[in-house]
This record gives sequence, structure tokens and C-alpha cells, in this order.
Amino acid sequence: MTISPAARAEAAALFAAFRAAGAAAVEADILQPAGTLLDLYGEDIRARAYVTQDPLRGEMVLRPDFTVPVVQAHMAGGAEPARYTYMGEVFRKQDHLGPRANEYLQVGFEVFDRNAPEADAEVFAIFAGLLAPLGLRALTGDIGILLAAIEGLSTTDRRKAALRRHVWRPRRFRALLDRFTGRAPMSEGRARLLDHLKTDTPEALMDAAGPQIGLRSAEDIADRARALIEDAEAAPISAPEAAVLYDLLGLAAPADHALHHLRGIQPLMPAIAPAVDRFEARLRALQSRGIDTATLPFAASHGRTTLEYYDGFVFTFHRDGSGAVDAAEPPIASGGRYDALTAILGAGRSIPAVGGIIRPALVAELKGA
Amino acid sequence: MSLKIGVPSKGRLMEKTFDWFGARGVTMQRTGAEREYSGAVEGIEGVELVMLSAGEIPRELAAGRIHLGVTGSDLVRDKLADWNKQVAELAPLGFGHADLILAVPACWIDVDTLDDLDGAAAAFRARHGFRLRIATKYHRLVRDFLTENGIADYQLVDSQGATEGTVKNLTAEAIADITSTGETLRANHLKILNDAVIHRSQATLFLARKADWGTAEQATLAALAARLGISAPQVSG
Repeated sequence: MTISPAARAEAAALFAAFRAAGAAAVEADILQPAGTLLDLYGEDIRARAYVTQDPLRGEMVLRPDFTVPVVQAHMAGGAEPARYTYMGEVFRKQDHLGPRANEYLQVGFEVFDRNAPEADAEVFAIFAGLLAPLGLRALTGDIGILLAAIEGLSTTDRRKAALRRHVWRPRRFRALLDRFTGRAPMSEGRARLLDHLKTDTPEALMDAAGPQIGLRSAEDIADRARALIEDAEAAPISAPEAAVLYDLLGLAAPADHALHHLRGIQPLMPAIAPAVDRFEARLRALQSRGIDTATLPFAASHGRTTLEYYDGFVFTFHRDGSGAVDAAEPPIASGGRYDALTAILGAGRSIPAVGGIIRPALVAELKGA
Repeated sequence: MSLKIGVPSKGRLMEKTFDWFGARGVTMQRTGAEREYSGAVEGIEGVELVMLSAGEIPRELAAGRIHLGVTGSDLVRDKLADWNKQVAELAPLGFGHADLILAVPACWIDVDTLDDLDGAAAAFRARHGFRLRIATKYHRLVRDFLTENGIADYQLVDSQGATEGTVKNLTAEAIADITSTGETLRANHLKILNDAVIHRSQATLFLARKADWGTAEQATLAALAARLGISAPQVSG
């Protein structure tokens, strides 16, 4: 799909606005090494990005977004705090026939600053301001609250790790939670497997099953066999704690109301208090920048189905239709906090980061309509 | 213009295809020299036989270079994005049955199901530093299936043949492949996951939605469908 002159003009205007807000302009190669992205996102990125082969540099991808190269560039030499903006094409494979573009412009704004609530509010407010003339609908969330609730469960570390790992896969998360809370009975298959594992030592059972082949070692297998038996003996997550998690998954309300609700359930799981404090600090910071948090939509699960790097505040802006958000239409703008990503890319060094992108073609289309 | 039907150019798939049409009064046969890929259709007017590799038939259907084609339902689903918008399934032909399954080493006593595979993948990545590798040539089908089931921490590695050997050769930890009896899997010390039949494939007659459907081709399709005892969808020229 050809990028229209109107989209380019809109991109340039947004880019200028981000620079005026104090951001330094950064560039990123269109051809990016595939290794980092594949390791971060796995097969999802292979389904969504154009992967190609370079005779000298190996597997490369056409830039699917700017976040990773911008974080890498900042880690390699940027001073803190820092504000960056960028503008350029990104490429996404589309697996369904339809109008979604596989090549389009993004203009982004990223803030690396340790004062997290202020930085969240700064990014959201600048996006809200730039998009205000379009009458869009904003949706916000905070994956940090859900992660804090998982951390606060009085259950085994193994179960917490399993839940944390699947936060971005809601169906699987729900199935795990149902199992760990005892809401869902143990599957017949698992019961059979456990019965079998209890008949002898893992080593003896492996000998009987067949020769040891592959990189997954006898030790790997025996460790997990023992872990399964241990897990089956662990007590279910308590009813009050389970109630908090189920409540969080379904929490959707205007932000101020959501805060009030969270303060109400906090005594049931005190471990979420620091995350709720951060949420409150963010709302104050948003208010001081003129955002009406009494009407700002918030959902604790918002952002859980996107790429799994947002781990705190998340936001999207949608065309204001009546009724629910159209899943087929991408948001006009989206963003959020991705502290964990900077930790992974920084090999031990991390810096809190928050940012977002606007799709100028969609902005131009709305202005033309 | 005649209605072009693409059929597999050799082997059992070709013979069974000829048998299926023959039993319904449409005779297909190879013509010319023994090794020449050309064929003819008798018993109905206006149908041209195109002999193709079964693996290329999905692509030819998608491009609309053939009107109809016989190939495995697995190949169409794997090679074509939004396959059912590009082609229509006219009739399952009842042969060429094979299941696309996930298999792991038989010695993995802790893994029976997808849920176990997911758990094993998490532990494997943590211990070995890379994602658990699944060897396959059915990338789209396998990836869609694993995504749908919320499996994480895996990667697909391409294997165009002898996939069952990849685990022993240390190029993959698990495989996703087609099997009919499971014998090759057992011989290579692999076992099938209980709940991971990704697709039950069989030879299927497909219609290309994008082919040139003129009045003549539509009339031929109607006549052919009547002869074969199947219903054909509405196509537009």
C-alpha cells in the first residue's frame, strides 16, 4: 500500500511536535538483525515480520517497530533522562485478506526517565493533546497491578512463575488460574500421568520408556517429573486471594473509580499496595496535566493480548465508534511502559522506559473524513 | 476456454485421484510418453487435465491458474493464508489420510499433553538458554495451533524431510509432522502427544475462487459437479 502524501505530512507534523516537546530525533535501520527480536518474541514475530536472509549478516527482519533499536541505541550511549522521537516505515505481515496495511508510517515518542509516574503521565498527556482534535476514545490499563497480584499470592514460586509467564496469553492464564485455585478439576490426562510417575523413580520409568535421545537431558526430565508430583501436592490458592485475581481480570471502570475499587480489595492482598500506590501517583500526575481521570476508561486486563513487552501502564486511542472497539481496526495510537524489555536488552542494566506510537496515515484519514 | 483441473502428477495420490473420478464416470489418464507429464479427460466436455506436483497445487489454485485442483487439505491450509477465502472445499476424496501431529521423545515421561509441552519448554529455555525447537515443514499450521493453545518458549525449525530424525541428530527437541500409522515415529523413539492432532488431512477437491470463471467454465463446472454428485459454490466471472 503506497504511503500517501497526506500521511507523510501528518507524520512530519507529529515528529515536529515531539521534537518541540524536547525529544531528540533518532534513526533506526530498516533491516534489523533477526536474532534479538526472535529471542524476545519467538514465533509471534516470525508470523508478523518479514524475515529475510543476508549472505553476510544472517537472518534479518524488515523493521517491525522502532522500540527495540531505540532502546538498544539508548543503552549503548544515551544519557539519562532522555526523550527520543522517530518517524519511518514499519513492516508487518498480514495473514488475512483485508484492508490492514503491511507497510505504514509510525511516529513515536519514548521517555527514559526514572520518575515513572511523571513519565507515564507526560507521554499520555502529549499523545492526548496531539490527538484531541480527532475526538478519539482512550483506553488505559496497568499490567503492573496484575503482576503484583501474582507476586503476592501465597503459593509456590513455580506456580507464580507459570502465571507470570502467561499473563500475555489470557486464555492459558485463565486455565492455569482455574487449576491452581481448584476451580477446575485436574484433567484426566494429568491424573494418569501422575499415577504413572508415582509407580517408580523417574530414572527407572525413563529406562522403560525408551532410549535417551535429544538435548533435553534425563536430568531435565526427572526434575520436571518430580516438580509435577510436588505441584499436585501443593495446596490450592486460597479463596480470598483467588477472588482478588478474578476480580482484577474483570476490572473495567473509569480510572478514579477503579482506584477506589483497588483500595477496597487491597486488604485482601496487601502485596498489591505498592502497585496501587503507583497507579494513584500516575492518576495525580495525569490530573496535573489536565487529564480528566474521573472519565478516563481503565481496564486491568488492557494490553494483555499485544506483544508481551508492556509490563506497567498501557494505553491505546481508538476511533470513537458507538459500542465496543473494533478488533479488526488497529488503534490510531498505542503505547506503554516496558521496563522489563530494557532489562533484557541491557544485559543486567535497566532503565525505566515508557513510550508510544501514532499511525499518521490513520490520523490523516480521520482528518480527511 | 476450458476448465483446468490440477491433479498430482505421480504416485499413489495420482492413481487414487484417477480412480475417484473414474468411479464417477470421468476418466482421467496420462498421455504421451511414459515420463511426460500430460493427461486427458474423457466423459465430459471442456475439462483440461494439468499434471502438477501436489505441493504446487495450492499455489496454482491461489493464483487462479487452475480452476479446480486435487491436493492434501494440509497443504492448502499450510501454504495459503486465509485459505478458505482463496479456495473452496468441494469434496473430501476419502484417501491420502494423514494426521499432522506433535511428537516428543518417548523417554519424556513427564510429557503427555500440550500443557506438559508448554511446561517443558519453559524449563528447557531457562536451563539451555534458547527456545525449545520443534522441527516441521508445516510452519503456518503448527504456529497457528500453538498460538491458539497458548504455548510459549518454543521456536520452529525448518525440516523438509526425515523430520523424525531431527531429535536424535540434536537439531530439534520435538517434531510436528504428518503420520498415518505412527510406525516411523516409533522406530525413531518418538511418541505422539495425546491432545495435539493439529489437522486430519485427506486428499480434497478444491475450487479456485480467483480463477477465470467465464460462462463456459461455469457451465462446465455445473456439468462436472452433477456428474460427480457434489454441489459447487456460486462463482463469479
